[in-house]
Amino acid sequence: MEQALQQRLEQTARQLRRHIISMTHGASSGHPGGSLSATDIVTALFFHEMRVDPQNPRWPSRDRFILSKGHAAPVLYAALAEKGFFPVEELPNLRRTGHFLQGHPDMKKVPGVDMSTGSLGQGISAAVGMALALELDKSDARVWAVLGDGELQEGQVWEAAMAAAHYKLDRLTAFVDLNKLQIDGPVEKVMSCLPVKEKFEAFGWNVLEIDGHSFEQIIDAIEQAKATKGRPTCIVAHTVKGKGVSFMENQVGWHGSAPNAEQAQQALKELQ
Amino acid sequence: MTKIATRDAYGRALAQLGGENQDIVVLDADLAKSTKTIDFAKVYPERFFDMGIAEQNLIGVSAGLAAAGKIPFASTFAMFATGRAFEQIRNSVAYPKLNVKIAATHAGISVGEDGASHQTVEDIALMRAIPNMTVVVPADGIETEAVIRWAASYSGPVYIRLGRLAVPVLYDENYRFEWGKAVTLCSGKDVTFIAAGLMVAMAMEAAELLSAEGIEAEVLNIHTIKPIDAEAICASVQRTGAVVTAEEHSIIGGLGSAVAEVLAEHYPAPLERVGLKDTFGESGKPNELFEKYGLTKEALVAAAKKAVGRKK
Repeated sequence: MEQALQQRLEQTARQLRRHIISMTHGASSGHPGGSLSATDIVTALFFHEMRVDPQNPRWPSRDRFILSKGHAAPVLYAALAEKGFFPVEELPNLRRTGHFLQGHPDMKKVPGVDMSTGSLGQGISAAVGMALALELDKSDARVWAVLGDGELQEGQVWEAAMAAAHYKLDRLTAFVDLNKLQIDGPVEKVMSCLPVKEKFEAFGWNVLEIDGHSFEQIIDAIEQAKATKGRPTCIVAHTVKGKGVSFMENQVGWHGSAPNAEQAQQALKELQ
Repeated sequence: MTKIATRDAYGRALAQLGGENQDIVVLDADLAKSTKTIDFAKVYPERFFDMGIAEQNLIGVSAGLAAAGKIPFASTFAMFATGRAFEQIRNSVAYPKLNVKIAATHAGISVGEDGASHQTVEDIALMRAIPNMTVVVPADGIETEAVIRWAASYSGPVYIRLGRLAVPVLYDENYRFEWGKAVTLCSGKDVTFIAAGLMVAMAMEAAELLSAEGIEAEVLNIHTIKPIDAEAICASVQRTGAVVTAEEHSIIGGLGSAVAEVLAEHYPAPLERVGLKDTFGESGKPNELFEKYGLTKEALVAAAKKAVGRKK
């Protein structure tokens, strides 16, 4: 992987992480942990891979992005703003009455959001529907989805997984942001979803397992997914919840609570 | 009298529309032969997607197809479409106002022998409560075809409640469906029947019985339950002064409730609600179940007399 690309993506990811801290601090609520764990995946997709046009968010030939783990909205909003879908100055209005950056992604309000999500397990079904539609249209656009590991506990995920393989939707790729923590504690303790790789394989998917914080591995997996024909690809990305902020890493408490002023300041310092 | 099930008319309409509009896609959850989406699947197999017995995914995939510009008609039994997948309809379809048509069959107790697990009497209540959702209950085959055609041209979520049982044809080919506009099928000055679905034909029969006793009943077919035609309801009640609602659904949350809301806010008048009285159905022949649960022309006549008797 080119060093220049690596550096550019790392820099962008740091910027998105700074936004996540500032936004959740400003809103005094939101989900920093799972936003930070998915940041490198989202960065690679929006700033390297996906064909999108911020001037034309509904461009029919665009690649689709579905944040099935909708509570990670801050990372998506940060990416969309940095990409130019709306002004970065809007980010501090996250979760504020009368502003468009809803607590969970709202496709009617936020330019660049392809599907309203938030209720877990539903985004992946919509991604399957989009892939079917693009198939009918003989489009070359791809569909990228990001799921959480806790989200895999929703039965609907497996209904969708079955359908995606049944209809051979090779334009669909689902990342599983395997950060190993959910609100009530470690996923393994709350309700084990392991083994993830074997489950998706059993459902007929091509499955890759990577370090979700290595741009080299993320981009390599993306290329492998694009080269795979006749079945969808699942990229199981091992990640760290709260990645990039020392006191948030691997701490379940940061799933759904926002940093106070002091904590935000320290986090931003670490993310310089 | 010619009879046709609204689900049969649905299948026919879909197969016709499929040729006119390439964006129409149809999805089912392993019930294509029962819901009649098979009629579409036979002609346009490439635009028909069976999702298997997975209703949550059925609705979610429909939402994705709509988000990418298709016009999905998603079908299964009304029980599972609105019950099993309620939250998917609410969050993946209605909240983003996606162009998904949920055309659900086998609604109400006229499902018959399959029994209460398959007889939804709550679907109208559930669908009516969701913002952005339109709720339509066609009364016969002709109206069903018109509704399906309208739904394909309307942009936004629609719930269409269809039945298993063959029901009398009330309209002729000249019928024009007007969304949100009640149809006055017969005029009268003493009492208004406000009915939907297969209860419309029954209300017509009840009106005949009443007329023999010198009571003139007006019959409104209120095919669109949401948005409800408050103007037509109030105009009729101003003439008659008494109302009977008739639905193959629980009187809690359905048509009876919707009419009660209109009357309470705009024109209070005696109201009797004919429908399922806070009870599940059971196995049996449709006509026997209608008898047992009070969905008959005789029950409508009795309710009308009661409403008339309550006039001040």
